[in-house]
Amino acid sequence: MNPILSLPFVGPLFSYDLWVIATASLVGALCGVLGCYLLLRRLSMLGDAISHAILPGLAGAFILSGSRDLVWMLLGAAVVGVLTGVLTAGLHRVAKIAEDASMGVVFTTLFALGVLLISFAARNVDLDPGCVLYGLLEFTPLDTVRILGLELPRVTATLAAAAIVVTVVLAALHKEIKLVAFDPALAAALGMRPTLVHFVMVALIAGVSVVSFESVGSILVVALLVTPAATAHLLTDRYARMMILATILGALSGGGGYLLAKHLDTSTAGCVCIVGAFFFLAAALFSPRHGVLSRLARHATLRLRICREDILGMLYRAAELRSRALSRDELTQGVGSTWLVDLALILLRRRGLVVTHDAAVRLTERGHIEARQFVGTHRLWESFLTARLGLPPDHVHAAAHKAEHFIPPAVREKLAQDVRATQPSTSPLTDPHGRQIPGP
Amino acid sequence: MPADTPPTTGIAVEVHDVTVAYHRKPVLWDVDVSFPAGSLAAIVGPNGAGKSTLLKSILGLLPIASGRIEVFGKPLAQVRDLVAYVPQRESVDWEFPVSVFDVVLMGRFGRLGWFRRPSRADRDAADAALHSVGMTEFRDRQISQLSGGQQQRVFLARALAQDATLYLMDEPFAGVDAATEQSILEVLRTLQQQGRTVIAVHHDLQTVRSYFDFVAMLNLHLVAAGPIETAFSADNLKRTYGGRLTLLDEVTEAVRRGGTLPRSP
Amino acid sequence: MSELLRLITLQDSNTRMVLLGTGALGLAAGVIGALAVLRRRALVGDALAHAALPGVCVAFLVFRERSLPLFLLGALVFGVLGVLTMNAIRRFTRIKEDAAIAIVLGSFFGLGIALSGIIQRLPSGNRAGLDGFLFGKAAGMVQADVTLIAASSALALFGVVALYKEFKLVGFDRAFAGSLGWRVSLLDLILMCLLAIVTVVGLPAVGVVLMAALLIIPGVTARFWTDRLAPHLALAGFFGMLSGLIGSALSAVLPAPESSLSRGFPTGPLIVLVAGSLFVLSLLFAPRRGLIARWRTARRLQQHIDDEHLLRDLYELQEANTPATLASLTARRTWRKGSLQSALRRALANADVSDRSAIFTLTDSGLTRAVRVIRSHRLWELYLHEHAGVAPDHVDRDADLIEHFITPELLAKFEAQLALGDGDALRTGAALGVPLSLHPPGSSTSEARP
Repeated sequence: MNPILSLPFVGPLFSYDLWVIATASLVGALCGVLGCYLLLRRLSMLGDAISHAILPGLAGAFILSGSRDLVWMLLGAAVVGVLTGVLTAGLHRVAKIAEDASMGVVFTTLFALGVLLISFAARNVDLDPGCVLYGLLEFTPLDTVRILGLELPRVTATLAAAAIVVTVVLAALHKEIKLVAFDPALAAALGMRPTLVHFVMVALIAGVSVVSFESVGSILVVALLVTPAATAHLLTDRYARMMILATILGALSGGGGYLLAKHLDTSTAGCVCIVGAFFFLAAALFSPRHGVLSRLARHATLRLRICREDILGMLYRAAELRSRALSRDELTQGVGSTWLVDLALILLRRRGLVVTHDAAVRLTERGHIEARQFVGTHRLWESFLTARLGLPPDHVHAAAHKAEHFIPPAVREKLAQDVRATQPSTSPLTDPHGRQIPGP
Repeated sequence: MPADTPPTTGIAVEVHDVTVAYHRKPVLWDVDVSFPAGSLAAIVGPNGAGKSTLLKSILGLLPIASGRIEVFGKPLAQVRDLVAYVPQRESVDWEFPVSVFDVVLMGRFGRLGWFRRPSRADRDAADAALHSVGMTEFRDRQISQLSGGQQQRVFLARALAQDATLYLMDEPFAGVDAATEQSILEVLRTLQQQGRTVIAVHHDLQTVRSYFDFVAMLNLHLVAAGPIETAFSADNLKRTYGGRLTLLDEVTEAVRRGGTLPRSP
Repeated sequence: MSELLRLITLQDSNTRMVLLGTGALGLAAGVIGALAVLRRRALVGDALAHAALPGVCVAFLVFRERSLPLFLLGALVFGVLGVLTMNAIRRFTRIKEDAAIAIVLGSFFGLGIALSGIIQRLPSGNRAGLDGFLFGKAAGMVQADVTLIAASSALALFGVVALYKEFKLVGFDRAFAGSLGWRVSLLDLILMCLLAIVTVVGLPAVGVVLMAALLIIPGVTARFWTDRLAPHLALAGFFGMLSGLIGSALSAVLPAPESSLSRGFPTGPLIVLVAGSLFVLSLLFAPRRGLIARWRTARRLQQHIDDEHLLRDLYELQEANTPATLASLTARRTWRKGSLQSALRRALANADVSDRSAIFTLTDSGLTRAVRVIRSHRLWELYLHEHAGVAPDHVDRDADLIEHFITPELLAKFEAQLALGDGDALRTGAALGVPLSLHPPGSSTSEARP
């Protein structure tokens, strides 16, 4: 019988493709949630190390047991996976070798051993190194197993079981893992046994590597362990949210990767990596807080705001001093670039803060009120710097020029009180140059 | 001695209205100070006051948000060969496979430039520097086998090998024993007698008056600077260490939250 | 046997090529890799090796030609691109170095696999060429390959020699290098490019993962044997070359596994296993830094401390007129299991102690040594008490730790500082110059000390 037909729901509702997508998403979600720990412990390459190092575990388990039974494979891989973690940490501690270097020594040697073992065993097993590297996600629904009367793809069922184990462990150890990831020393001081927690996580990662690598290959495990977690790290600063996001991103990479692979008719594993990398790139560029473009945009907005406020300030001072307007050229001289001034003037005009008359710019009534605020803050800060820090009056302008754009009303109020205390209470407040400080 | 005689009069370092933002948070507000040439100057202030930041800004290791810094009246790039630097001991990898002599010889690398090998004369200069800090017997030791005081002496010897006119030192007395402290001080005094300028970040208020002749007192801003007799007063000390000005902290925080500290045009 | 003879005498031209090629590769990879390891960038080589794969595919897709130089050029371009991507991620995002390495590794390699899947479907393409890059085929090396490897290795080594002092300073003290006005990031990039060159030419020979091994393991191994950079690099090169040579030789000599399709034992894994064995041997047997040497040093020190404790206990028991039996000695301090017995055995063998029907007494030579020990112990106690202001009941513990390391010169300094010449502090044992214990006689017998 064609095994595909024996799958439940296969047909228009739950097609073959959907089973593959479900499998890929499960792998992505599992790796994503565990990767957060590696990322925060700065051990991202441990995923790479473990997923390579389990090769001799698989080969050894096969040679010893003579079967490709999953239990044996899992056992062999978990043993070698944890061994990798132990050896890496041991070499680091005992022989004082840098952590990344000891990782490199351990996993490459184990991998070489694995390749040799496989070339001995290859005669009667289709455990070829190529499959280890890129897996065969596309064919997972062909190999089914019967559970609770349902015919399920074997790999999917295994992954689902792994997901349950991972969820239970992560939920039970949530606060321990969080603390160990952030501050192992504090965790130890609180009696949390960070080493034990660490090896629980290493064992989980080794286990997930095994159940995943069969379907997606070892490289994909590496990519899925780190890329979704790093993407999530760019999007949020909270550990719990980061784990949820990484799970979702991992699942999306898995599913999206399969669809892309189908479209391009190429390896699913490779496409899952590409989709994951695409998410990372998007987050690196557009993440609201940490994205490169968002930062650039924020910076540009800030520059424009500062330019607007500087123009208001200049106009206010001009009105105060000579009671006259300023030309666009004069503004450009004071503020910097022409186009920035032009753009700022357009915005200011639209908000009714300035009017332009015969190429002369002057403040409106509303503009005057708004400008008073910045000039006031500027002069308060100047007074504060001269009075409290003892800076000479001719040195404080530059500092005040910057700070005036950032000081919130509450701090401004405190500044006013502070400056009031240093000046005679009868007269209005003045700045170090003797000019009056306007109120808000 | 350097080929061109060091300027013993005038200003060695002029810090003009410098604001430094570190990770966008301003850590130094409008610092304006001139260190006279030929002085033995201390930079003091509480933890996190920006002492190392000022030193690194002078060395061009940190970008400054506004203001300018001149060394012997010129931009740093033109007089880099005249400046030697002693970083904090914790900043390097002491397990690195180099010997004491190797480290001291690094002091000659600046004037050599890329690709060129140290000559006989460079090696002799390194040996002389090692001798002047009393570390000749440790010449071929691996650096991880040294005590804290010995490591500090090696760093000092490296700076001496630079044969500079201006020495910038980040906590040269931190974590050293009393004997080492005295011998380091002797070296600093000798440098001064040769007409060179030394500016050191210092944390021990007890010894400021006896070790140095010029002081700059920092706490996010410059509290006072001048000859030790006038500037190192009880009043200035209280203003430096008597807690931060909370308003200064609040504005610093507001500027940080506001995004970036824009560079001056 | 004749096979072995042919190998040793290098008569087989194929074997000769393989040995030359892997030897040169091991040498260059060892030297460059050692620098990368010292710069804490051990795993960059691993990521580079993976990141080069899409370059091979792109080269094939563009030129539609199966040419090794073109493949390597593509690999080099993508390797350098990978390094730049890592730098960009580190510089422009909050992601740290380790994750940047892993992201580049996974993403680039994934791209490579996807591209190779596409190539496979082309009428002109099949995966075999690419699989060669994944696992390496050292046994198939020909003259041209060896020439290429040798030239690239020479270039990389030349780069290291020319910029030796720069790499040394940047590795040790970046801040100082920056204060000299050096472009530290440019130097880092040059090092990574040299790494990329060596990695890329090594891929066809040993494959992706095993190339990483050849870069990392010799450098880590060399650190066990030397404390100086030049010998360190030379040794790393030597270990790398040795791994290449022995590995290839083994693969030519050993009978191929029945299943294997290739002619001999797979060369790449053998080279790495040889490198791994050299590492384990160094880890265990290197003088000073090796585990055995360090274990022996620690043991000797512990024995020395035990011996001195025994002498002191015997002296103090004699002082208190208590017979020193195994029981009374055991009661004086917490000995580690068996350590009292072995200390006694050593003392008896050394004739420092005599055993008269299970009662132990110091011999003349033992007494002299015990006096020396007890003198430094009590002087140190006195010094701590008088100059460091430590309370007498806490003194003993500190003294226990330090006294074993007091040199004769230090002892002389204590004496001078404590002005022991006036005889006042030397109420007992004055003739021997032993100051009185700060503890009342006998009190320490009941004291169990760590």
